[in-house]
Amino acid sequence: MMIESRRAPLLVLGTILRTRQTVLLVIVGLALSFFLERSGFVSSYILQILMYVGINIILTLSLNLVNGYMGEFSVGHAGFMAVGAYTASIITVWLFRNQAGALVFPIATLGAGIAAAATSIIVAIPSFRTRGDYLAIVTLAFNMIVKSLLENIDALGGPRGFLGMNRLTSLASVYAWCAITIYIVRNFVYSNFGRAVLSIREDEVASNLVSVNTRQTKVLVFVVAAFFAGVAGALFAHLVQFINPRTFSIQKSTDILVMVYLGGIGSIFGSILGATVYTVLLELLRPLGVWRWVLGPVMLVILMIGRPTGIMGLKEFAGFVPIEERARKKKEGTAVAAASH
Amino acid sequence: MAVILQQILNGLQLGSVYALIALGYTMVYGILRLINFAHGDIFMIACYIGFFATGILMGRHLPIWLVFTATMLATMTLTALLAMTIERAAYKPLRNAPRVSAVITALGVGLFLEHFTLATLGPAPRAIPPLLPAANYSVGGLTISSVQVVIIVISVLLMLLLDTVVRKTMTGMAMRAISYDKTVVPLMGVPVDRIISLTFAIGSAVAAAGGILYSQAYPIINPYMGVRIGWWAFIAAVVGGIGNIRGAMLGGYILGFVEVFTPTILPSSTYRDFVAFTILLVMLIVRPTGLLGRITAQKV
Repeated sequence: MMIESRRAPLLVLGTILRTRQTVLLVIVGLALSFFLERSGFVSSYILQILMYVGINIILTLSLNLVNGYMGEFSVGHAGFMAVGAYTASIITVWLFRNQAGALVFPIATLGAGIAAAATSIIVAIPSFRTRGDYLAIVTLAFNMIVKSLLENIDALGGPRGFLGMNRLTSLASVYAWCAITIYIVRNFVYSNFGRAVLSIREDEVASNLVSVNTRQTKVLVFVVAAFFAGVAGALFAHLVQFINPRTFSIQKSTDILVMVYLGGIGSIFGSILGATVYTVLLELLRPLGVWRWVLGPVMLVILMIGRPTGIMGLKEFAGFVPIEERARKKKEGTAVAAASH
Repeated sequence: MAVILQQILNGLQLGSVYALIALGYTMVYGILRLINFAHGDIFMIACYIGFFATGILMGRHLPIWLVFTATMLATMTLTALLAMTIERAAYKPLRNAPRVSAVITALGVGLFLEHFTLATLGPAPRAIPPLLPAANYSVGGLTISSVQVVIIVISVLLMLLLDTVVRKTMTGMAMRAISYDKTVVPLMGVPVDRIISLTFAIGSAVAAAGGILYSQAYPIINPYMGVRIGWWAFIAAVVGGIGNIRGAMLGGYILGFVEVFTPTILPSSTYRDFVAFTILLVMLIVRPTGLLGRITAQKV
């Protein structure tokens, strides 16, 4: 007890310091991304890759929430991304006639996230009854249905795709959404809800028995994950300024899966790492032409056989772990060490 | 009325092919509890093997029925070998890993086959020459082509053969035993690895036969053809009850009819994927074990 009370002010101090650190990091990052964009210091090609990296980090992190932290198996993440991309494009192009510009974009992105989150109910409800590979099929079917519907809605361009968006996505907006995603996912994972999510991964029946509301938790996780996939879709649509249903096929979903499993399941830092490494690698391998598309699947297979939990594999970069959590882990560690001696 | 009968015939033709491919999904699932998402792409590879086999055999003044039979057998053998290699290289190391790892691997293998074919043979579609005599018979206002007859007859024969193998032979008994209990069966002296290899080989050989038959009705092949057909066959397997061989056959014909009758109900045939995947989604929510599958209680 003594230790606890002595530690308390330290914890508070640590939290304040860390909060300040984080805020500082975000502000510096935002300033830097504004600078990079305006100054012409880096080529627009590098700028574009940086934005792809950011979008992929959002996608990877949100899928990691479902696949890594909850241990469910979703393979249709591109479906949510498609819903977000089309919703945002409809808002900016049809609703605002491309006029309000940058001011409307955050609203459109939010709208995209909300639309994607709403559709995630279609996947969340079957997950009450089925798990594992059956749920994988449900999510795949969802992805296919979204793609097929988009191909058949002529007003949205059908298979030809939807265009006319302005380039509203900037490095700063990607960076801001990245920061928001990391912040929310990190706080979510280390909250009470996060504990419930982890308990579902370890044993669903047991967590139900200790009165975790598994249904509510699952819906929450799917909604949050889909929201950020929708946001990523909105950013993507206003970066490339052209979307068509084929962009959001199983291929795209598999790419996100590769990034999740490359970086490491159940790890925020892993997701950032996986998304960055994979995106940059694919760009570097551009001279290989078609052959670089062979790389992703081969990497996926080798990863699954060699290291199925990824580079970080359930471990976390210490900077993302709350200081209370680190203190607790340390105490447990010493307790275990003491007991074993 | 004649139109409907004609469409039923077309549905039977397509359904036969779907059923043949669905068998591969269902056999592998039955024995390994693995959804082999690469199966549709193995079907595509089989079509390419068939394409090259006919290319080699056509110019040699052989009777056409011999070319057809030889192509069929060669394609089935080579595809079976390919599937066994894939199983050894990619799936066997994951035999005791979480099932999710194996499913992701299967997705990866499928994409690899597509992109590898694309990279080596190019994206241009190719046409398989007709190997079956093109004759049309008229029966009471109904036009039946010889290709349709051959496809349906060979498919049904293959399915009957497979059903007999699984039900009556020792190998079939071993397969059923492994799907029933994978830990005890090896203790009885059943060579599990060999039986699993054999299951992959048989499933893929049957899909290869489906590929040759399919390419006689729809001769254009390309590296991505396996995606759609593979998914439809997979839905067929799930609708019939994955793991159940007769279920796969039933599901195959149901999906064949769905494809043929979609344009008569909905405005355009481009809705067919939407219809098929909606069927899949509803099926998984309402009755995940399929039409003929048994419902088993989950042990805690």
